[in-house]
Amino acid sequence: MALLRITSPHILKPGRTGNVMLQVILATLPGLAALCYYFGWGPLINVVWAAMLAVLFEVAVIRLRKRPVTFYLNDYSAILTAVLLGLALPPFAPWWVTFIGIFVAIVVAKHLYGGLGNNPFNPAMVGYALLLISFPVEMTRWAPPSLLTESGNLGLIETLKVIFEIVDLPDAYTMATPLDTFKHKGALTAEELWSQSPLLSQGLDAWYAISGAFALGGLYLLIRKIYTWHIPVSMLVSLILVSGFFYGSDPSNYAPPLFHLTTGAVVFGAFFIATDPVTAATSNKGKLFFGAIIGLLIYIIRTWGNYPDAVAFAVLLMNLSAPFLDYYTRPRTYGHKKSNRGIKG
Amino acid sequence: MSRIWNFHGGIHPQENKQQSLTIPLRQMPLPKRLTLPLQQHIGTPAIPTVKVGDKVLKGQRIAEPSGFVSIYMHAPTSGTIVEIGDYPVPHVSGMSAQCIILEPDGNETWIEHQGVEDFRTLEKAELAEIIRCAGISGMGGAGFPTNIKLHLSDDHIVNTLIINGVECEPYITADDMLMRERAAEIIGGIEIAAYLIKPTHILIGIEDNKPEAAVAMTEAARTSKLNIEVVVLPTKYPSGGERQLIKLVTGVEVPHGQLPADIGIVVQNVGTMSAVYQAVHDGKPLISRITTLTGKALSSPGNLEVLLGTPIADLLDFCGVDSSKQSRLVMGGPMMGYTLNTAQIPVIKTSNCVIAGTLEEFPPAPPAQSCIRCGNCEQVCPAELLPQQLHWFAKGKEFDKALNHNLMDCIECGACSFVCPSNIPLVQYYRYAKSEIRNEQQEQRKAEQARIRFEARQARLEAAQQEKEERRKARAEAASKAQAAKRKAPVTTTTDSAIDPEAELKQLKTQAAVARTKLKKAEKALQEAEQNGADNIDQLKQDIESAKQKSELAQKAFSDAENKAPAPAAPSLKDLKVAAALARTKVSKTEKVLADAEAKGAPSVDQLKNSLQKLKEKAEQAQKAYNDAEASETAGNVSNASSSQGTQSTAASTSAAQPIDPPQNDVKALKSALAIARTKLKKAEKALAKAEEEGIEELEDLKQAVAEQQAKTDSAAAAFAKAEADCQTAKEATNQGPDIKALKTAAAAARTKLKKTEKALADAQAQGSASAEPLEKALSGLQAKVVQAEKALQEAQAQEATLA
Repeated sequence: MALLRITSPHILKPGRTGNVMLQVILATLPGLAALCYYFGWGPLINVVWAAMLAVLFEVAVIRLRKRPVTFYLNDYSAILTAVLLGLALPPFAPWWVTFIGIFVAIVVAKHLYGGLGNNPFNPAMVGYALLLISFPVEMTRWAPPSLLTESGNLGLIETLKVIFEIVDLPDAYTMATPLDTFKHKGALTAEELWSQSPLLSQGLDAWYAISGAFALGGLYLLIRKIYTWHIPVSMLVSLILVSGFFYGSDPSNYAPPLFHLTTGAVVFGAFFIATDPVTAATSNKGKLFFGAIIGLLIYIIRTWGNYPDAVAFAVLLMNLSAPFLDYYTRPRTYGHKKSNRGIKG
Repeated sequence: MSRIWNFHGGIHPQENKQQSLTIPLRQMPLPKRLTLPLQQHIGTPAIPTVKVGDKVLKGQRIAEPSGFVSIYMHAPTSGTIVEIGDYPVPHVSGMSAQCIILEPDGNETWIEHQGVEDFRTLEKAELAEIIRCAGISGMGGAGFPTNIKLHLSDDHIVNTLIINGVECEPYITADDMLMRERAAEIIGGIEIAAYLIKPTHILIGIEDNKPEAAVAMTEAARTSKLNIEVVVLPTKYPSGGERQLIKLVTGVEVPHGQLPADIGIVVQNVGTMSAVYQAVHDGKPLISRITTLTGKALSSPGNLEVLLGTPIADLLDFCGVDSSKQSRLVMGGPMMGYTLNTAQIPVIKTSNCVIAGTLEEFPPAPPAQSCIRCGNCEQVCPAELLPQQLHWFAKGKEFDKALNHNLMDCIECGACSFVCPSNIPLVQYYRYAKSEIRNEQQEQRKAEQARIRFEARQARLEAAQQEKEERRKARAEAASKAQAAKRKAPVTTTTDSAIDPEAELKQLKTQAAVARTKLKKAEKALQEAEQNGADNIDQLKQDIESAKQKSELAQKAFSDAENKAPAPAAPSLKDLKVAAALARTKVSKTEKVLADAEAKGAPSVDQLKNSLQKLKEKAEQAQKAYNDAEASETAGNVSNASSSQGTQSTAASTSAAQPIDPPQNDVKALKSALAIARTKLKKAEKALAKAEEEGIEELEDLKQAVAEQQAKTDSAAAAFAKAEADCQTAKEATNQGPDIKALKTAAAAARTKLKKTEKALADAQAQGSASAEPLEKALSGLQAKVVQAEKALQEAQAQEATLA
C-alpha cells in the first residue's frame, strides 16, 4: 500500500460542524415544547415552516454559488437559523412574515456575506429585526398564554388556518406581551399595574416556565462544551445588576430584575442567540464584554427605547463591535508579559 | 510533593500506549546495512573522519563536529564503510542528505573504551568533554547537543534541573519503557548532570498514565544522595513540551524569545540522561536508542533497543508488518510526527517512535468546512493564542497581523487542528504563514545587505573620483605655476570663446530640416488617414498645423541666424572662386548652345553670341576678382599672420609664445601660400596640356595664366624660404634656456620641411618648372638649418645633463 504523506497532526477528534448545530437544535426542544404548551401549535408551525423555507433558500443559493449542496446543507446551519427565528416569532405570525424573515436571514444576512462563518451579523436576528421594523402590527400581535384563556389553545387546523390567513385570528387570542404591557403602563405605578393586569398578575408563570425550559437547553450545551459560560453568564448578570440598581432606586417606576430576566427573549437570547460563535467576540475576555454589554443594551432599549424587547437590536449592535472587541481583548500569550492590543498589523 | 501548576489548554487524545507495552524491551538484531546521517541533531552536520573502505570498530569515531553546535558520530557496530553519499533521512521534507553507510561484519568488536570510576574527581570541563566525545544530543525532540546544555557559561546560574519523562504524545512508550527498565541509569545520568550544573532542585516529570515508570523512578531516586523529586503530572497533551513542562512543575513561564537556561532552568530528556550515564560510567558513546514500534499494521508492536542507522524497514519486518494494511508511516507521535514515504529511512538519535498505521487508525481527514469561530482551538491552545484569528490571517496572507497575534509563539502541537469541528488543518496554515514570514524576513535581510553594499560601493567610487579630481587640480596648478615661473611673462587671460556661430547655424539648419521632415510625415499620415477614412483626421490636421508652425519657426530662426551670422573672413575667396567657376560653366554651356544653334542655322545665333560675349566678360570679371582676392589674401596672410594664427592655436600657447612665434607663423602662412600657388600652377599646367591636346582657342590665355601662376609660385617659394630662414635665426636667438623639447620639435620640423622641400624640388625639376632653382636654394638653406637645429639640440641636451 502506498504511503500517504500528510503533515501532523495525524489524529483528529471525531466531530463535525453539523454536529454542533444539531446539538443546538436539540437544545431548543425544551423551550419549543414549553412555548407550544402555553401558546398552542403556533410556535411549532412557525419553526417547521421556517425550516422548510430555510432549506429551500439554502439549496437555491448554494446552487447559485455553484457549491456542493449536500456538503453545505449538512452543516445544519440553515435549519438552526430557521429554528431560532421561528421560536422568536409571535405564535400566530402570518406565513409571509416567516417567508420574508427567512429569506432575509438566509440569502441576505448569510450567503451574501459569503456563507457560514463569514456573516458579521446573526442571520436569525437580522431577519427578526427587519420584520419588527417593517411589520410592527404582525410582530407584536402576541397570544395570551393558555393559563388565561377559558377554552384553552387553538387546535392544529385552526392555527394553520390563522397562520396561512384563511381565517382571521379570533380576538380572544390576541394579547400584548408582559413587556409591552409594562411599557405602556402610562401613569400607573408598577404596583398598580401589577394588580390590574391579569397578564402580569397571573400569566407570568408561563414566561417563567418558558425561560426555564430554554435555560435547561442552554445548560445542556454548556455541559456539552458547545460554547463557554462567558457570554450567557455575563449577559444575564449584567442585566440583573442594572435592572436591580434601577428597581432598587425606584420600584414604582422600574420592573424588578426577575421580570426582566424571565420575560421576552432574554434567556433564549443569552443561550441561543448571543452565543452564536460566528458573530460573537472570540476570546474569553472578549466574550465577557460582549455578553455584559448586550445585557446593558437590552435594559437601556427596553426602558428608554421605543421597542418593548431589545434582544435582537442589542445582539446586532454587539455583532458590529465584535471585531473591535477581538482586537482589544486578546489573551496573554505564553511567555509574554502582557497581551498585544489594537489592530496594528 | 511539590505543587503542580497548570498550563492553558491541552487535549486528551486517545492514548494508544498499551499496544507497545505488552511485550518487554527487545534487542533488535544486527541489520545488514546501517545508514548514518551526518546530521542527527540541531546545528551543523558532522564531518566524516573515515574513508570508503575503512574498517571500523564498534564505538569508533567516524565523524567529528563542524562547529560549536555539532556533535561526534560513532560506528554503531564493527564493519566496513562502504559508501558516503546522499540518502533519504528522517525529515519532514523527505529530503536526502549525506550519510555514512556501514556494512557490519557481525562480530560487534568494541573499540577499547573505559569509563570513569568517579566522575566527581573530574573537572567540569573534562566531564563535559567526555559527554561531547560520546556524541550525545537531546533524545526527546529537537536533538540539541547535550554537552552545551550541561556546560553553560558562568553567567547562567541554574536553579532547577527538570527531567522530562512526560511522554505526552499518544502511542509512544520508549521513555516509559526506559524508565521501567533503566531507572538506575537515568538517576546516574542525573547525578552527572547535577554535578555539572549544580541545580538547587531536581524534578522528574512523569504523567500519571505511566504509574510503573513513576514507581521505578521514585525507588531509584531514593538510592541517590541527591534530593530528586518525582512529580506525577495529570495526563494532558502537550505537557511534555519543554515550556509547558516548565510551567507545570515550576509555575514559571519562559519569556518570549528566551531559553529556559536564561531563567535558570535546564530540561533534559530521560533518554539523554541514560546516554550520559553510559558515556561517563562505561565510556560508551551514543550508538543505540530505544524506539517504539507500534501501529495496527504491526503484529507484534513493542519497544526495541535499536542501533542508530538501522533502516525502519528492518524494524517493521522484525515487528511483523502487514504492508497491505499499512497506509501511513509516521515517525514520532501522531500529534507532531511526520510521515515517511519510504521505510529505507534510518533510525537516528531523536527517533523515539515509528507508527505503522492502518487506514482505520488514521483515516483521511474529512474535507474542511467553514470556520464558525467556535473557539475550541482557543480553549486548547497551550500557547494561549487565538488560533481562529491566526487562521484568518494566514488564509488572507495578513502576515503582519498574524505576527502581531504572536504567530511565532505557536509550538505546532496540533491541538487546535485536533479539536476543530470543521476539520480545518490549522497547523498547516500556521506552518505556511511562518515559512512565508521567514522567507520575507530573509528577503528583507538580503535587500538590506545589498543596499549597504551598494552604498559602500557608491561612496568608494565617489571618493576615488574626488581623489582623482584633486590630483588633477594639483597637477594643473603645479603646471601653471611652473609655466608662469619659467616664462616670466604676464599670463594674459583670454575670454571664453563665444559659441561658434557656424555650429549654431548648422544646428538651426538641422532643426529646420527636421521640422520640414516632420511636417511631410504628418501630411502623409493625413493623406493616408483620409484615404482610409480614419476618424482621427482632425487630430492629424492639428498635428500638421503645429508641425507647419514649428517648421516655419525653425526655418525663420535658421534664416535669421544666417543673415545675422558675420560674413566669414575666409569664405569670400571661396565664394569668388565658385562664382568664377559658375561663370565659366555658363560660358561653356552658352558656347555649346551657340554651336548647336549655328549648326542648325537658328535665328537666335546673334542673340546667343551676344549673351556669350556678356557671359565671357562676366567670367573674366569673376576670375579677376578671384585672383585679386587671392593675391590680397596671401599678402594679408604674410603681414597679419600673427593675428590670424591666434584664432587657430590655443589661447594660452599664443599668449605665451607671442614673443617668439611671429616669424614661425609667417613661415607657416607662407608655406601654405606656397602650397596653394603650386597647386594652382599644376592645375593651370594640366589645363594647358588638355587645351593643347584639344586645340582650344584660349590656348594663349591659358599659357599666360600658367606663366603667371609660375611666377606667383616662385615668389611665394622665395618668400617662404626667406621667412623660414628668419624664423630659424629668431629661434636660435631666443633659445637661451635648455628648452630641449622645443629644440627637438624645431629640429624635427626642420627635417620635415627639408624633406618636403626636397620633394617639391624633385617635382619642380620633373616638370621643368622655373621654380626649381629657388627651391634648390631653399633646400640647401634648409639642410644647413637642420644641421644647426640638431646641433643646438645636442648642445642643449648636454647642457641639461651637466645641470642635472
